[in-house]
This record gives sequence, C-alpha cells and structure tokens, in this order.
Amino acid sequence: MKIHEYQAKGLLKRYGVAVPKGQPCFKPEEVKQAAEELIKETGIPVVVVKAQIHAGGRGKGRFKEEPELGGVNVVRGAEEASKVARRMLGKTLVTHQTGPEGKQVNRLLVEQGIDIDREMYVGGVIDRTAQRITMMACAEGGVEIETVAARSPEKILRQTIDPAVGMQPFQARNLAYGLGLQGDANKNAVKFLLALAETFQREDASMAEINPLVITKSGQVMALDAKIGLDDGAEHRHPDWKELQDRSEEEPTELEAKSFDLSYVKLDGNIGCMVNGAGLAMSTMDIIKEFGGEPANFLDVGGAADKERVTAAFKIIMRDPHVKGIFVNIFGGIVQCDIVAQGVVDAAKEMALAVPLVVRLEGTNVEMGRKILKDSGLNLTPADNMADGAKKIVELAK
Amino acid sequence: MSILCDKNTKVIVQGTGRAGAFHAKQCLDYGTQIVAGVAPGKAGKDFIGKPTFDTVAQAVEATGANCSVIFVPAPFAADAIMEAAASDIALIVCISEGIPTQDMVQAKRYLQGRRSRLVGPNCPGVITPGAAKIGIMPGYIHKPGNIGVISRSGTLTYEAVDQLTRLGIGQSTCVGIGGDQVPGSVFVDILELFAADPDTRGVVMIGEIGGNAEEDAARFIKENMKGKPVAAFIAGKTAPPGKRMGHAGAIIAGGKGTARDKIEALEAAGIKVAPNPSEIGRTFASLI
Repeated sequence: MKIHEYQAKGLLKRYGVAVPKGQPCFKPEEVKQAAEELIKETGIPVVVVKAQIHAGGRGKGRFKEEPELGGVNVVRGAEEASKVARRMLGKTLVTHQTGPEGKQVNRLLVEQGIDIDREMYVGGVIDRTAQRITMMACAEGGVEIETVAARSPEKILRQTIDPAVGMQPFQARNLAYGLGLQGDANKNAVKFLLALAETFQREDASMAEINPLVITKSGQVMALDAKIGLDDGAEHRHPDWKELQDRSEEEPTELEAKSFDLSYVKLDGNIGCMVNGAGLAMSTMDIIKEFGGEPANFLDVGGAADKERVTAAFKIIMRDPHVKGIFVNIFGGIVQCDIVAQGVVDAAKEMALAVPLVVRLEGTNVEMGRKILKDSGLNLTPADNMADGAKKIVELAK
Repeated sequence: MSILCDKNTKVIVQGTGRAGAFHAKQCLDYGTQIVAGVAPGKAGKDFIGKPTFDTVAQAVEATGANCSVIFVPAPFAADAIMEAAASDIALIVCISEGIPTQDMVQAKRYLQGRRSRLVGPNCPGVITPGAAKIGIMPGYIHKPGNIGVISRSGTLTYEAVDQLTRLGIGQSTCVGIGGDQVPGSVFVDILELFAADPDTRGVVMIGEIGGNAEEDAARFIKENMKGKPVAAFIAGKTAPPGKRMGHAGAIIAGGKGTARDKIEALEAAGIKVAPNPSEIGRTFASLI
C-alpha cells in the first residue's frame, strides 16, 4: 500500500524521526492559514508547498495546465503560498512516474523552509538476499538511488538488521561515520537512523526512502522528503491504515478487485484474461502476446475462488470497453474447475456476454467443470491446452 | 528414491478448517500418511478420521510425525511455522498465503540453527508421485519417475507437470517454493537436494520476475548439476515494471528482476529455457 509524503512523515514523527514542521492542506485557504502559523512559529519567512500524489519526481514534474510550474514550490510569505496553492490544487501533475496522463493534485503539504547544508540518502528495504531488513545510506542525496546503485554500488552503505534484536546503535554509527558525519550531525544521524529502523519494523513497512535526508547548517538531521510503502499482508494489525488509504490515487477497478480478494492489474490490450495463480496468469499474458495478441489485464482469481469471486472477476473484465475477447485459463489445485465453470456461466448469462469466450479447464473436478460449460448453452470455445486457447482467443478477438 | 518426503513421511495438519480438511482428505486418499490435525481448543475432535491435538508438541509426542502442512490463516501462520520448528518437525510445508513479510523474516530467524526445513509459504506444497502428496496440487496429473520439478508458482507447476506426464516423463519429487519475497527455501536449497539424489536425473525449474533467485540457481546448476539436464521457464516476460503481479515477490523494481535478465543468466549457464509455457515439457524432453 502506498501512502502520501505527509502521512509517511506523520508515521516517522511518532517514532522520533526528525521531520520539518508542516501541515497537509486540501484548500487554498487552508494553505494560507497553515503558512501563517508556520512562519509565526519558526520565524522563517520561507515555506514550501508540495503536491501530494502517489508518484515520485514531483519537483522535476510539471503541471499539464501550466508547463512552467513544478510540483514542489518554495515561496516567501503566506500570501504567495496560497497563490501557488490555487495554481496546483485540482490540476494535473505529470512526472516521470505518473505516465503522460499525469495525476490530479488534491492534497498539498505546506512545510517550513529549511536551511540545507548537505543532502544525503537513507532508506530501508526487505533485502531478498539477506531475507531481512537492510538499512541503506548514501552520501549522494536527491538523486535516484537506482542510478547510483547501477553506476557505483560501493557508494551505498548497508547494515542488515537482525530481527531478534532490531537495529543496534553501532550499526547506525557505521552508517553515520560512513557518510562522513561528525559531531552533532553524527549524533543526530544515529538517532534518526535508529528511529527510522524502528518505524520500518513496527509499522510493517515494505520500503522506506528518505531522499533527501538533509543536514542543516546547524547540524540538524531531517527527512526533507519521505516515501513509505506498507505491507498489505500486515493490514490486520494496523487498523489506522484505513485512514491512510487515498482511494482517489488508485485505479477504481483494481480497488474493486481487491475487495473481492482478486489480484487485478489493468493493461492496454483487448484480450481479457481470467486465470488462477500468479505465475500462470503472468505466463498467460506472455503467451497471448507471443501469438500476436495484447492482454487487457492480469487477473489472478486466487486460491480460494468461490462462485461469487469468479462472477465478480468476470464482471470486472467484461466492464473494460477495450475487451474484444476473454480467455479463461484455469488449472485447478485449490480452485475447483466445477466452481469456476459455474461462476463463468452465471456471469456470462447475467451480463449477456457479447464477446468471444475461450475456456481452458484442467485439474481438480475438471470433468464436472467441462460438463457445466457444455450444458450451459453458452456460445464458448473450449481449448485443449494453454497454447491452443491463446491461439483461439487471439484469432477470435481480431 | 526422492527428496523431502516418501511413503514413510508422517504428516500432521496445522489448521483444521474447511481448506485444511478438504486438502488433507485429498492427501490421505492419495496415500499420504496423515496422522493428526492440530488446532488449539479442538483436541479430541475427529479430523478426517484422525485425532486432533491442541499443540504440535502433543501431536508429535503421540504420533511421531516428522512433517507438518500448514493451512492456518496468514496472521497466525508464522506462529504455526515456529511451533512446528520447536518440535523439530523435519519438513514444514506452509500453504498459507499473505503472511506479513516481517513475520516471515522473524520465522526464518527462528529456524536458524534448528533441524527443520521450511517449504513455502504461499505455495502448493511437495509431492513425491505415487508415495506422498503434501499440499494442494491435483495428484492425478503426476507420474512417478526421475525428474525433479521446482517452481515459484503453483498452477504453473501443474502446467509443467501435466506436460511432462503426457510426454511419459515421470517425476521424482515436485516442490513448490512459493511466490513470497521471503520464502522458506529458495531454488538453490532444493537444487542441492536434487543434485544429491541419485534417482533424480534431471530438473525442470520454473521461475518468475522479481528478485535474483533464478540467477543464483543458474550459477549453482552450472557448477553442481553436471550430468543432470535442466530446463527452465520464466513467467512475466510482458509484465510492466513497478506493478506487483499477484505474488508479493513478483515485481520488477528499479530495473532489476526482469524476465530477460533471468533468461540470459540461465542460458549463459547452459540451461535450456522454454520459449512459452506450453513448451516446458517438450523443452525438457529435447534434452534427454
């Protein structure tokens, strides 16, 4: 699950990670008030107005409506802050991560200006090699860490955390000294890193990135930006995550699919796919493409698909106006073919299926499944195997 | 012979709910020695004709079980894994899907230095055809033989096994290692067992996008699997970057973990890679 920068900073602050003073705002009037309060409180006349969208590259990004305007604006005074907020709210920001269609900005973060001395990078990941959390740091901040990793991997310092004891102070010192920090900056960085690791563990993060981490002229260490991903699997023990979800940021169909425990990713093609199992679903996309077709989606009905879920899956696929044909590819293990078949038949009848349908069934209760399809009176094309099915649907969807 | 399990393996089932009971019954019918169920608070109840115990320790004491298959809901699954490990269960097969990643990080830490091997979570399980089925795979598609199968994906494993069987190629043991980011066993762990098993004469390996377990496997195979032909398939050639394709582990991040990288690494190690999922069986057959 993705969350906004201001929400990530809220989580970090709870564990003692230093973040700039700031306030999320939804209306230009709120921006004015927030900026006035910040200026009064900090004595700094400079404030930063930052677009809050679930995509990186906001600073370099540009608004569709106003190609000169970026997603992060440093302004002087509350009046200027509310002026720029008016130009940002409700407008569409395009960054290298949003795609050309961009994302509408509905929330802003208004923050105090910071007197930056140096910019660095720190972050945490689930390290698949170590099978643990690894904290990373790099003296080069504000740039994409993947670029640094590809160009000069030795510049990225790492400390892997033993889950039995958590991050230890010596590990934070290894990173802080590795970054070349001395004196107060070093002490503050150690405190920062330990708090960041604690946030990562306690909040079930899947990734955390502080880029840039800034060292101020007075030796303070702060998260100027913050990006945190949360592990969907841990939602049950974080009831507060519900409030962090911004539904406007998500593809509505993907959200609906999620509510039925379906894993759905919308793609650009015209052949709808309903498959059980992620690996089989991915390779169904691959084989459709190999035979000259374009998949309209990835859809895994999952292990415990009952009739309702299969019906919901089918409806979601059929609602995509680009879909010119549907390929159902099921190899039943947990999923029983007869249940899938009944779900397909019910959904197709209910929605008066108007596009060609190719069904390939194999596995548990396959004979019962095939019989249900045969007796349904539906105009569908059975397939003997995956390649046969892919060929048939590509032909029929032309 | 085979790896991980055979007809002498005694299996307990942790999680005796609907899914656990359904699949345990299928395993029992296949010939697997299911000896007990474990569910706190349900001791004494009948579980598909076997006794139920409150704890793994009690079940092991009473039955001498050396394997556990876990169906408990994801929030409690890491606890179940550790409970099995605490009783020195040799093989723990975790079917449960959606376990929090950090729970698995902790469970793996707990397993360190213990005698248990974990397969899964989020996997179809392990089957030695004709001897023992410990998991949710459809038994009838398998055929006893000499080819090991190892995969990150459940249904794609069935696809591969089905193709092998139709070509008359039997399997020694088929292992689903699961699609999570922090799996109990990775390709190399299982390949080591296949390399040492005299009755496994070749291996079919099915990977997918995300991580670098396939690249590690390629290196291992090149060094250690001489005389045992290996064919592979990688799912997700057309997956868009940054999108999680169902499995927690199946995501191309920061330009890493693409199907192309993996296929190149495998081919460079002399492994034949099937061009599409319908060709997995024939690709392997062409090697023998």
